[in-house]
Amino acid sequence: MSKNMMSKNKTSVSRRGFLRNAVKGSAAAAAAACTTVVAAPPEANALVRPPKPLPPDAVGLLYDSTLCIGCKACVTACKEVNHMPPDVGPAQQGWNAGGGDQPIYDSPVELSARTLNVIKAYSHGTGATKDAAENGFAFIKRQCLHCADPSCVSVCPVSAMTKDAKTGIVNHDPSACIGCRYCVLSCPFGVPKYDYNDAFGEIKKCQLCKQQLAKNELPGCADVCPTGATLFGRTEDLKAEAKRRTALKVGEYAHFPRGDIAGKVGGPRSGHEKLVEAAYQTHIYGEKELGGTQCLAVSAVPFDKLNLPTNVPENGYPTLSEGIQHTLYAGMIAPATVFAGLAYLAHRNTKNHTDE
Amino acid sequence: MSSHVKEHHGHEHQPLGGRVLTLPFLICAALVAIAGVILFQRYTQGLAAASNLNDGYPWGIWVAIDVVIGSAFGCAGYVIALLCYILNRGEYHPLVRPAVLASLFGYGLAGLAVLVDLGRYWNFYHMMLPWYAQPNSVMLEVGLCVATYTLVLVVEFAPAFLERFGIEGLRAKLNKVLWVFIALGVLLPTMHQSSLGTMMVIVGHKLSPLWQSQMLPVFFLLTAILMGFAIVVWESVMASLNFRRPMETPVLSKLSDLMLVVASLFVVLRFVDLIVRGQIGQIFGGPQSGWFIAEMVLMISGLALLIPKANRNRSRALFLAASLLLAAGILYRLNVYLIGFTPSVGPWHYFPSVKEIMVTVGVFALEIALYLLFVKKLPVMHAVHPEHG
Ligand code: SF4
Ligand code: SF4
Ligand code: SF4
Repeated sequence: MSKNMMSKNKTSVSRRGFLRNAVKGSAAAAAAACTTVVAAPPEANALVRPPKPLPPDAVGLLYDSTLCIGCKACVTACKEVNHMPPDVGPAQQGWNAGGGDQPIYDSPVELSARTLNVIKAYSHGTGATKDAAENGFAFIKRQCLHCADPSCVSVCPVSAMTKDAKTGIVNHDPSACIGCRYCVLSCPFGVPKYDYNDAFGEIKKCQLCKQQLAKNELPGCADVCPTGATLFGRTEDLKAEAKRRTALKVGEYAHFPRGDIAGKVGGPRSGHEKLVEAAYQTHIYGEKELGGTQCLAVSAVPFDKLNLPTNVPENGYPTLSEGIQHTLYAGMIAPATVFAGLAYLAHRNTKNHTDE
Repeated sequence: MSSHVKEHHGHEHQPLGGRVLTLPFLICAALVAIAGVILFQRYTQGLAAASNLNDGYPWGIWVAIDVVIGSAFGCAGYVIALLCYILNRGEYHPLVRPAVLASLFGYGLAGLAVLVDLGRYWNFYHMMLPWYAQPNSVMLEVGLCVATYTLVLVVEFAPAFLERFGIEGLRAKLNKVLWVFIALGVLLPTMHQSSLGTMMVIVGHKLSPLWQSQMLPVFFLLTAILMGFAIVVWESVMASLNFRRPMETPVLSKLSDLMLVVASLFVVLRFVDLIVRGQIGQIFGGPQSGWFIAEMVLMISGLALLIPKANRNRSRALFLAASLLLAAGILYRLNVYLIGFTPSVGPWHYFPSVKEIMVTVGVFALEIALYLLFVKKLPVMHAVHPEHG
């Protein structure tokens, strides 16, 4: 042992030279490694898995901000059909305490464990003109977008978040959930919520009113929307409708359907003719974002003003994280090989160390 | 300075002995009791009663510090086993048991901390049931790896127990198969420590480009190794000072060479990664660039301290360098899990509540109290010749 310690008195110069070269060499290797890992195009990058396509019969919602009048009928209907308790925003807490525990007035300002759907408002300057980014105002509906390649499903360790193979609806099963809140952290749109004030809190999010659909009834929000701003249907049909709308010109008269775009679920209902008053953005939110989503939105005001993330890639983040995971652990071959090597060395070396 | 650590067959390890109820032990016990009271509130009233966790920041310091940083503290056993048994460097032998013990508590308590944070903790065992498993989940892999590794650490530490209570037959049998556990004890941390980095890849645009990268698993593995080394140095110096044992500087100085290499690799890779991703400009300006600079200053000053060869033989310099590198690793992991993270929608804020901090303090206090108890009562530390005292 002491021999080892004395062998240190060699010239430190060569050692330092060695270190310097080692650092230079590792820098070159690092550059090469980083380039292949980070900068390679997705199709050439082994650490990226292909994106998941939408099921052909995926269903969703189309929200048209220019038709929305901010009546919040959908917020109330969502609470009713999903039996959700009232929620009071911070600014209302002073006058809206109510008697005992129950507030008088439901006034949510954000999605929460008590609110699966909320209408939020944008305003700028004088706020005079509807659907104008300058000195105007606009609405946005927030609920789960039912992603084609959902982060929440990818991260959940216990299969509590699942995506239905046929409808594509992203479901949550509280009886499986361990409450790790990784789905909350990972959702690119900030959707799932947890109840922090409950000792036995649950994760809550919109499940596209699957219980209503099972009864051939419309999701609460699409059912009650008076203007057709929230429309239910197959995502493909909704996408076609969104394309038609974004191509409309200001001053044109157009027809706007209500309820279910195919008129099948919940029975047909009348739409209406309306003058197009504000120019639509060409961007259909959810068409490409993060692998695409089953719920789409169109608007006259840019989506970043409506507080939706817009600087996001066209493939969902699970393509990156699962890509790393699948490459390293494919068939557990790499770990098994490493284990074999380690076991061989450990076996040999523990024998040498007689006493331990 | 000559060799303090003699191979001493038969009584290689000895309990340190001495009083258990010392002042540090009692302080730790008091801190654990405070954490216990707060946890009572957490379990009866929900997470909000004890923490500032919210839907913008669903993970706070109970994940970032107790689990992500705490488990890196637990990498002492990993790096020493790697050196000692895989690379066959017998000279690190005296460090094995204390390192494995520190790891056992580091990981055991990280597991405990998970139960503090889980919103539906009564379902936690679903992680172990195959019919619930969701194989794409990086968290599932981390969870299973950490749970298995904790068991492996128990087995790795078992010889100390068996020796203490004179169960020699079982000890001899265990020694025959110990290599399997040693191999697992190197494989599992390599897997889950890198996966702790992969876990944050999926948050995408919510993590600042200063940290968001496909290289996250590599950086997490490097910081795990680095922090493992630094903890070994730290713990050895602290033990020498507090228990009036001779310094283990000669062995530690060899570790410092390795720390220097790993830390340099980390710094070089970090910059290359930023350049390749075209984000190097983020270092100057941008709300979180100060945190990146702090991380780099700690890391580079730690490794710079180790460049002059003489410093690697000075226990003070070694201790300081290990502290700086440890702080750099802590800050890197905190940056990735909390500071560099911005929720996508809404004006969310998070700063840990006093209660939250006290729980974290309690977890670490429990770790220290148990460590003190174990080294005094069990043969953990290498025996020292009295004439060197
Ligand atoms: S919007 Fe969020 S919660 Fe909804 S499916 Fe996508 S990732 Fe999941
Ligand atoms: S909180 Fe529940 S649903 Fe969300 S990821 Fe964790 S286990 Fe899955
Ligand atoms: S689909 Fe149902 S749960 Fe989802 S927002 Fe509409 S009403 Fe609410």
